[in-house]
Amino acid sequence: MSVYLLKRLLEMIPTLFGITLISFFIIHLAPGKPTDIFTELNPKITPEAREKLERYYGLDKPIVVQYGIWLKRIVRLDFGESFSSDHRPVMDKIWDAKKPLIERRLFVTFLINVLSMAVILAIAIPLGIFSATHQNTLYDKITTTAVFIGFAMPSFWLALLLMILFGVHLHWLPISQLKSMNYGSLSLPGQIGDLARHLILPIFVSAFTGLAADSRFMRSSMLEVIRQDYVTVARAKGLPERLVIYRHAFRNALLPIITLVGLSVGSLVGGSVIFENIFGIPGMGQLFYMSVMTRDYPTVMGILTIGAILTLMGNLLADLGYMLADPRIRAR
Amino acid sequence: MKKSLFFSLLLMVAVYAGGCTGRPETLPPVTPATASGDPAYGDSLVEGSIGEPTVLIPMLAGDNASHAVAGLIFNGLVKYGTDLRIIGDLAESWDISRDGLIITFRLRKGVRWADGVAFTAHDVMFGYKTIIDEKTPTAYSEDFRQVKKAEVLDDYTFRVTYQKPFAPALSSWGGLVVLPKHLLEGKDITKTEFARNPIGLGPFRLVKWSPGQELILNSYKDYFEGRPYLDHYIFRIIPDRATMFLELQAGGVDIMDLTPIQYTKQTETGFFRDNFRKFRYPQFVYTYMGFNLKHPFFVDKRVRQAIACAIDKSELIDVVLFGLGNPATGPYVPNTWPYNPGVKKYEYSPAMAKKLLKEAGWEDTDGDGILEKDGRPFRFTILTNMGNSLRMNTATIIQWRLAQVGIRVDIRALEWSTFVNQFIDKRRFEAVILGWSIGLDPDQYDIWHSSKTKEKEFNFVTYKNPEVDELLERGRRTFDVKERKKTYFRIQEILADELPYIFLYVPDATPIVHARFAGIRPSPIGIEYNLPKWYVPAGLQRHRMEP
Repeated sequence: MSVYLLKRLLEMIPTLFGITLISFFIIHLAPGKPTDIFTELNPKITPEAREKLERYYGLDKPIVVQYGIWLKRIVRLDFGESFSSDHRPVMDKIWDAKKPLIERRLFVTFLINVLSMAVILAIAIPLGIFSATHQNTLYDKITTTAVFIGFAMPSFWLALLLMILFGVHLHWLPISQLKSMNYGSLSLPGQIGDLARHLILPIFVSAFTGLAADSRFMRSSMLEVIRQDYVTVARAKGLPERLVIYRHAFRNALLPIITLVGLSVGSLVGGSVIFENIFGIPGMGQLFYMSVMTRDYPTVMGILTIGAILTLMGNLLADLGYMLADPRIRAR
Repeated sequence: MKKSLFFSLLLMVAVYAGGCTGRPETLPPVTPATASGDPAYGDSLVEGSIGEPTVLIPMLAGDNASHAVAGLIFNGLVKYGTDLRIIGDLAESWDISRDGLIITFRLRKGVRWADGVAFTAHDVMFGYKTIIDEKTPTAYSEDFRQVKKAEVLDDYTFRVTYQKPFAPALSSWGGLVVLPKHLLEGKDITKTEFARNPIGLGPFRLVKWSPGQELILNSYKDYFEGRPYLDHYIFRIIPDRATMFLELQAGGVDIMDLTPIQYTKQTETGFFRDNFRKFRYPQFVYTYMGFNLKHPFFVDKRVRQAIACAIDKSELIDVVLFGLGNPATGPYVPNTWPYNPGVKKYEYSPAMAKKLLKEAGWEDTDGDGILEKDGRPFRFTILTNMGNSLRMNTATIIQWRLAQVGIRVDIRALEWSTFVNQFIDKRRFEAVILGWSIGLDPDQYDIWHSSKTKEKEFNFVTYKNPEVDELLERGRRTFDVKERKKTYFRIQEILADELPYIFLYVPDATPIVHARFAGIRPSPIGIEYNLPKWYVPAGLQRHRMEP
């Protein structure tokens, strides 16, 4: 087991290297430079000033050399310094150790995604099982329609509709951001309540629009499992249906979901970009978007690397989860 | 089943949370909130912004959000008055030597940095040295490189000597160069904490910066022009415009810029009329269609004039800007002193356009509806940048209008950096639709002077006119406003006749402000220039915040 784990961890290194190599070259291939914000079509800038800025950021060196410099730093876990005009270390932007947890961007993104994934699983799994056991009933059709509506609905549009209803008309929920302006003066329970109120809409939107995949997978894998011989046997020997489904079929039907959850860790960063921007949530997705727009290479690379590590860890966890759930794999 | 349970659960949480806590810092809005009453201290102004500042040292900043906030924390030696003439800010007065080479600033006494240290000429000198320092990554050093010598004569007198008289120089001593020497001397300006936690001498000072959320500024009680009435200025970062508009309606934002459709349609309701005031004034920006003057089609000025006659500018403004703009007749903004209202204007007239084209030798000889000359059809491509729907719509209307006089136009939108690097810089274009944002000083040497046609320079249409060259040089060498006005009026006459660009329109800025704010005096330079004088009458104050 530990040998297997070690092997898997070592295998991650070349994969990670490949990911950073490709991302580095792609982001540099995109037209534009971090200095554009100062220099493009700005009549006040001379060619000398432009060169000076490019030298300052090391952009005058060949791209391979730039990658070499980046790589040399990254093995020391140093993501470098942002190219945006605040010149802060990238790590401080993503995970500012001096700030409370809730002001660290990576934590915010992580929190929202974990919560929405928990909500998704808590709803999708029972939903899928129910659909499978009541296949082709009216109930199955309604849930199928409902999850596909959620899947098809653009999340930004749903978000705006909910903001209009709960924020503008009813005044029940805050519209955007993570905290009220008086957050600092609230008591601890008050702060938690404030955060919770701000999180309701983003989590609802991301859960509702993400329900389809998990619930459909659960439904189809359940359908497959309950056709198996051992389920028939279990029923034949007179076990109650509840036990047949939840003890015997459920564990086996869960396997594809584990893989799915493991893989979706990677899309967390991508999906966060959209709703962090709509809701004005200061997470990593928002930072990523701003950094791409200003061609802030070190920050973009930092976030991509963290995203890649999270994805690889997600895959690893999925495999481990698989082993726990499936004795056949454990034996190998 | 599960789902509907989840729904009702969600609603319960929402009701509970809404009923019990509300927005504790916000008192219920008073309706109608028309501000009338005596000036009073207190309340906060919440400004919505799609961008977040990066750095609050003005000379290092490149984005609007940084400059907007830094502008409230720092002042310059001079600033623009509402009539666009330069007036004193930290400088009480100044002398310009007869030959225009020496400017001597006399500074205000008794001004203090927010930490209590007195402001002196040494701070100006320090800022000047920093901005011309090779190691400072700034985009604004060019104007300061013209300075031959800078001296501190005494604590309150600062003198600069130029190599050549340079009229835009005076305005360059605006907000960029005053930095507290006592806090920054000997430090690396790009690494210091000061950039995110600055000490200034302007009307507000930063107290809290929550990244990705907001910046909270408190009024500076000892501000040299008097304590601002508003206690707080809060800069809230909401990257999505639609979300921000909802925040405005919910009371989470007091001031924001509206899009044309928000201005003309979505805010035309009783709710907005009762609770908000909208403002409208020309932005310092114009949109133009520029020609590659080396292209055989556009060498003849009659062709350019014909195209101008074939375009209906008022139609562009009505359709593209929902009427929120003015037709442009030259590179200046209407109702500012350099603007010449008397230049040649091209009324919309397809007949005139056809006549001019015929004179230039363009005729439809084969009857296909497209003009030809020497067997070549009149067909060209307008390039513009992707993502700017205003420019795209403009291009489409122009395409349709030109088709009516027999010119076939194709439109191509390109990603910004590709557009600039591969097409503008390499002169690979026939016509472009772009915009310039113009400084408050009328000097436009870099855009029109014939020496500025090299790669990466800004006369990319390759406009060459010896008279304009000479006028541009004269304009930047004299400080006398009357004299300059004459010069720039003449330049506009020539440009309007020769049309290297077709000046299309000057869009309006359309901010909206909550109606409880009084003291707003709209002017050609906008509304926020006198923010320290805005106030909320005592009975209408809404936000309270613990210090």
